[in-house]
Amino acid sequence: MTPQLDMLTTIKTILLDEWFLLDTWIVVTAALAAMGCAIPGTFLVLRRQSMMGDALTHTVLPGIVGAFIISHAMKTSGWFAATGGEQPYAFDAITYTMMFVGAVAIGALTAVLSEWVQRQGRVESSAALGIVYTSLFAVGLLMIRLFADSVHIDPDCVLYGSVETVWVTGDGVPRAALASGGALVLNTLLVVAFFKELRVSTFDPDLAISLGINSTAIHYGLMAITAVTAVAAFESVGNILVIAMLIVPPATAHLLTDRLWLLIVLSVTVAAASAWLGHAFALILPTLLLTPFADAPLLRSVNITSLDASTAGMMATTSGLLFLLALLLGPRHGLVIRRLHRGFLAIRIAAEDLLGVIYRNQEDPETVNPAILTDRSLTRRLAVWWLRRRGLVTGSSTSPVLTSSGHASARQLVRAHRLWESYMAHHFNVPADHLHEMAHRVEHFLDPELRDQIAEELDGPQRDPHGREIPLDEPD
Amino acid sequence: MSSSTCQYRSGLRPRVSTGPLGTVVRFAHPFMVTGLLLLLSTPSNALPAVITSQAPASRPTMPLPSPVSISGATPATRSAPGKFARALLLEDYNTRVVVIGTLLLGIGSGIVGTFMLLRKRSLVGDVVSHAALPGIAMAFLIVEITQPGTGRSMPLLLVGALLAGLVGVGCTMAISRFSRIKQDAALAIVLSVFFGLGISLFTIIQKLPTGNVAGLQQFIYGQTASMTSGDVRLIALASLAVLGIASLLFKEIALLCFDEQFARSNGWPTGGLDSILMALVVSVAIIGLQSVGLLLVVALLIIPAASARFWTERLGPMTIIAACFGGLSAWLGAVTSSMFARFSAGPVIVLAGTLFFLFSMTFGTRRGIVRRLLLQLAMRRRVGRHDLARTIYEFLEPELPLLESSAHPGSGDPLCIPLLVLQDLLGRRTWSPKRLGRLIQSACRHGLLQVEPKGWRLTSEGARHARLVARNHRLWETYLILHADVAPSHVDRNADLIEHVLEPELIEQLVEAVMDRYPQMDMPPSPHPLAQGS
Repeated sequence: MTPQLDMLTTIKTILLDEWFLLDTWIVVTAALAAMGCAIPGTFLVLRRQSMMGDALTHTVLPGIVGAFIISHAMKTSGWFAATGGEQPYAFDAITYTMMFVGAVAIGALTAVLSEWVQRQGRVESSAALGIVYTSLFAVGLLMIRLFADSVHIDPDCVLYGSVETVWVTGDGVPRAALASGGALVLNTLLVVAFFKELRVSTFDPDLAISLGINSTAIHYGLMAITAVTAVAAFESVGNILVIAMLIVPPATAHLLTDRLWLLIVLSVTVAAASAWLGHAFALILPTLLLTPFADAPLLRSVNITSLDASTAGMMATTSGLLFLLALLLGPRHGLVIRRLHRGFLAIRIAAEDLLGVIYRNQEDPETVNPAILTDRSLTRRLAVWWLRRRGLVTGSSTSPVLTSSGHASARQLVRAHRLWESYMAHHFNVPADHLHEMAHRVEHFLDPELRDQIAEELDGPQRDPHGREIPLDEPD
Repeated sequence: MSSSTCQYRSGLRPRVSTGPLGTVVRFAHPFMVTGLLLLLSTPSNALPAVITSQAPASRPTMPLPSPVSISGATPATRSAPGKFARALLLEDYNTRVVVIGTLLLGIGSGIVGTFMLLRKRSLVGDVVSHAALPGIAMAFLIVEITQPGTGRSMPLLLVGALLAGLVGVGCTMAISRFSRIKQDAALAIVLSVFFGLGISLFTIIQKLPTGNVAGLQQFIYGQTASMTSGDVRLIALASLAVLGIASLLFKEIALLCFDEQFARSNGWPTGGLDSILMALVVSVAIIGLQSVGLLLVVALLIIPAASARFWTERLGPMTIIAACFGGLSAWLGAVTSSMFARFSAGPVIVLAGTLFFLFSMTFGTRRGIVRRLLLQLAMRRRVGRHDLARTIYEFLEPELPLLESSAHPGSGDPLCIPLLVLQDLLGRRTWSPKRLGRLIQSACRHGLLQVEPKGWRLTSEGARHARLVARNHRLWETYLILHADVAPSHVDRNADLIEHVLEPELIEQLVEAVMDRYPQMDMPPSPHPLAQGS
């Protein structure tokens, strides 16, 4: 068996035979979190506040740590009975409430502070944002270190998530899935309820104000909701990687569609797809990456297939890959489509030029440079192929002959060319030796109505400025 | 377009023809020259020796353990204040090595950050630092696979980080150039996707036998304590290179920051300069990974530069101030974290920078809040005195003919004769008695009014001032009526706003435009009825 086939079999084993209920729960939790993030993220991307999303995912850290510290203090001081045993990291109702209160507060605080720095200090907006979120994040990191005794938070878990451990208990619905699902439901309800207001204030803030929509409230509301979603997702996706789920799926969808509701639906779909594919990639990445080096001393004692990468990290990477795919293959804005369109246009223009050359050659062989007729470039061959397929020319590619329909098309083209030359000479006094280049470019885009209009404007000229006959659209 | 916007001190066009040395001498900052001379005068492998040679000769240099543990290096017996002073004054060899490295980094990032702030690309540093993570992980994996055990070699890891950072910046530019995705989303996309890939690779490394990521983790959170002297030497060299390039190309980069079109039209290779600037940012961000950590390194690029902006309007001083702030916060952070184990260097450096920022924002001599408030207050006072003077004039105006006829010739302005009481002025504007009292006090302090036993009286200076203010007000009112077709009932408010800021040249023009209507008079009559006192 070849190594490639061997690797494929291994991947199949990992993904199909060793896919357990745990994996399903991981994907469900991660997908719920990602979908919840994609909804506010859509509006962040459209409002050009993506870096605000980045800032919020950083600044919720002090909010989370603060919530843990306060709830720990409440429990130890006896205000509330500690539930869930003596485990300090235990999630419970108090911690959860504190966390969401903290998230709303810190979301609004980030927005208010950066606006304050921007206004009072006259600092440029992105720099103001940078100052605020790095400072708040630094406070969060310091708090983790300083209160490490009372609050057992692993910064790694907060920052990169630990979706792999959501269902280690093995029974019931994971808590993280409930939190993320709740955020998703909340966001969906809010978007449905405020769809009109969000749409107007996103695309036309001035219209929103004139319609009496409070765009300040919408701005702060969006910030608070983003922070709440980030907190709901931090357990699964992780604090820093929430930014990927906030921005990348909406950006991907933005490459695919121009309609807002479709944009939201697509972002949510892309988010769910990146969660599922992300987990699959997390399982197979070590195999893909390390199998070629299996003989290296480092890996000799390792069972490569049993390794896996961080699901949250691979979710971000996968969403990036999906973005890249959309960037290349998007139906209207994709690079490949645009390149193809340009290629087709080039072939069409080359074909039309060829028609014109053959027509002029029949008209008066003296005027045509023979080298043009024997051109053998790829564009020329494609052009001949295109013309032949449409039945406009027959004969070999080096000496094509016009069919009757080809003759009609060529006549229209030459008519457009010479009419334009006359028009430019008549109205703009362009010297005779400059006319050809201009008409050569414009001739491909003059439709029959425009040709007739020009002819009418010039009183149906018979001859162009060079003294050649202007053919009629239809032969007499 | 004048190149003076670029604040050149010498000559209109940037010249580099005097050769690199001349340019260094002309533009180099003092610290840079010292650093370069220090570096050039010694073989590079003797750098630690150079540093120790600054210490008192009596102190023997202790052998450098690798990695250095700073907190453990200080004998526990020493008292806390003594310990702090020792750390602050860099008396410990280990602390000194780390602090000097961080200090250089702070200075370099302050300079580069200034340029980025002016080009409004502050957050690019964030993308670079996050994008560096997969580069570090890849470099580690490749080195460990090919040559086991040598994976934690700092230069190779940094090269990986550098390449990944450059790729990240390139991706950001490509996305915003070739698609409808805007710059901000492009930054966020590259940042998060690269970071996600980096985290995935880290989790794989963690599960490999030699994959003790402790050495790699320092790149995420920053940990000065684990620096070795080799690392510091690398940081120092790279920082000096950044300083050198920034100083050599200071004028060109300044031109790019202030007026890119002008630079291009003058034939400067703006694309190349932009790439050099990007390369500087990437280098600073990568160097900063180890001391501040990739999550916070962007703060070093933004905060010192933004702080410096409050103190000056000139680029040269701003760069130097930013370098000082960067160096100071880095020094404070490194020292504090060497003192207290729980204060990790990265956050402390950032928060020290934030404190400097808040201080600058409040007390900055150019754009600080306090200065602005003081200016506003002074303006409000001046406007108040103007209003008071005009009100007094308007109050006395009906009696002027009588006063003039009764005054002795040559005894000064007739406006100075009558005694004013509070009641005369109170109802003429929306003043409360308290505010009017304060205005009168302020006018007394400025010598416009003098206190009499039963009221106040205008001084001759005050009378001159009152005439001037009232004249300006009426000139503007009359001008509006004559030339702007404003109704006489509407001109008072408008003139009220503008009269305080009329320049002498403008007054002259107004006189020309208005006074030919009133040839015999000193000032135009009020075009509308004046408010009467209560």
